[in-house]
Amino acid sequence: MPKSSSKKIEKAIEELTYEEALVELEEIVSALEGDASRNQLEEAIKLFERGQALAARCSMLLEAAELKVKQVAGDEIIPFEDLSE
Amino acid sequence: MQPTFFSASSAQQWTVSKLTFYIRKLLEENETLQDIWVQGEISNLSRPASGHVYFTLKDSSAALKCVMWKTSAARLGIPLQDGKAVEVHGKIGVYEVSGQYQLYADQIRPVGEGALYQEFMLLKAMLEAEGLFAPERKRPIPIFPQKIGIVTSATGAALRDMLNTLRRRLPLVEVILSPSPVQGIEAPPALVKALQLLNSRSPDIILLARGGGSIEDLWAFNDERVVRAVAMSAVPVICGVGHETDFTLCDFAADLRAPTPTAAAELATQITIIDLRAALQNYKTRILSATLNLLAEQKTALSSLVSQLRYISPDRRIQSERQRVDELARRAHSALYHHIQLQSTHVKGMQRRLEALNPNAVLARGYAVVTRKDDGSVVSHVSQASAEMKVRVSDGEFEVKKK
Repeated sequence: MPKSSSKKIEKAIEELTYEEALVELEEIVSALEGDASRNQLEEAIKLFERGQALAARCSMLLEAAELKVKQVAGDEIIPFEDLSE
Repeated sequence: MQPTFFSASSAQQWTVSKLTFYIRKLLEENETLQDIWVQGEISNLSRPASGHVYFTLKDSSAALKCVMWKTSAARLGIPLQDGKAVEVHGKIGVYEVSGQYQLYADQIRPVGEGALYQEFMLLKAMLEAEGLFAPERKRPIPIFPQKIGIVTSATGAALRDMLNTLRRRLPLVEVILSPSPVQGIEAPPALVKALQLLNSRSPDIILLARGGGSIEDLWAFNDERVVRAVAMSAVPVICGVGHETDFTLCDFAADLRAPTPTAAAELATQITIIDLRAALQNYKTRILSATLNLLAEQKTALSSLVSQLRYISPDRRIQSERQRVDELARRAHSALYHHIQLQSTHVKGMQRRLEALNPNAVLARGYAVVTRKDDGSVVSHVSQASAEMKVRVSDGEFEVKKK
């Protein structure tokens, strides 16, 4: 167990926003394409698996995305009610 | 009595044509009359099939005939109708056939626009001199916004257009609407307030927008307070007011001008969901091929290690030793077999010789073996004879006593 504490803490995939997931995915892609992971197969496979999961998370968020519209009302933020129809 | 027509003998004689031509020249050579704006109300509007437009411009005490040729009429920005108050630009001329002076019109605008335009130009010059519109003030628009603020009317078509555009292009985005009236006397302070409220929510971009309308409808976006609020915004502003041809001072003060509200929403979403899908697909491909490459490299490295290992391993010697052992074993086996055969022949010979020495054969010829009863030793000399002895003959033995 003390082993994992030395690594940077990874957030659970399903808690990541699109942006967070994409940024981490970018990092993983460049790590896998770089030389650093040459001789660390186990690490590389872990990265690959995490990358796959991040890509799936991004896809899911993209396809499920629905425009969120809120409205400023004084100092408050309230849900937007479309009165134009 | 002199006839009256002789009494003005000093007066010149004119034909109607000459006079009309003279008057026409007088009017057409007057520079003032050749470039004028005349304000009045349209009446007797007529648009015959020729495409030219005829009307009378009048006010409470006078009337002026006007004609607008087809080519100018085609460029009219506003609809004409009887009773409409307008300002007409053109030059005064004479239609000789009917002796009618009239205004040859080339532009028509609603009343008040001229004054507005003056005001617009003065304010523009002042703010420009202050540097409010300077190109170096323009900030780049973030290419991948998370949060987009909108200042517009909550009920206008502009909002609907922008939301539809954002929904279609980048539904990941969060929209914060700061509603405000966009025309009328209350619009400028409300727009300023809406911009300030939205700034405190720190969106990545603010869209300031309004649908098309007359120049008066758009006038709030030329209000000094609103223009300054746009320039002061901490968040980059894209201004999309009216149509392609409408320019407001807010357009100049904004970081980016969009021709329409829809275009503003498009400019705010330079990266669309289609780009994101493509980028994601690219990452997926790269992550897979990078990993496969890595695995292939590892595999190659591994198999080269294995062959190196095989080269230096004792396995090869063991193999050849094993072969030698096999060979020796085979040779040992055959030597042994040979030996056994020899031995067996030897034994048979011995057996035959032994057969010849069998004492029973001697006994059968009538000889007997005498042994002492006490210790069983063979009596071959007289001195060895004891009191009781055993005599063995060919088919058995019996005891004897010495006399």
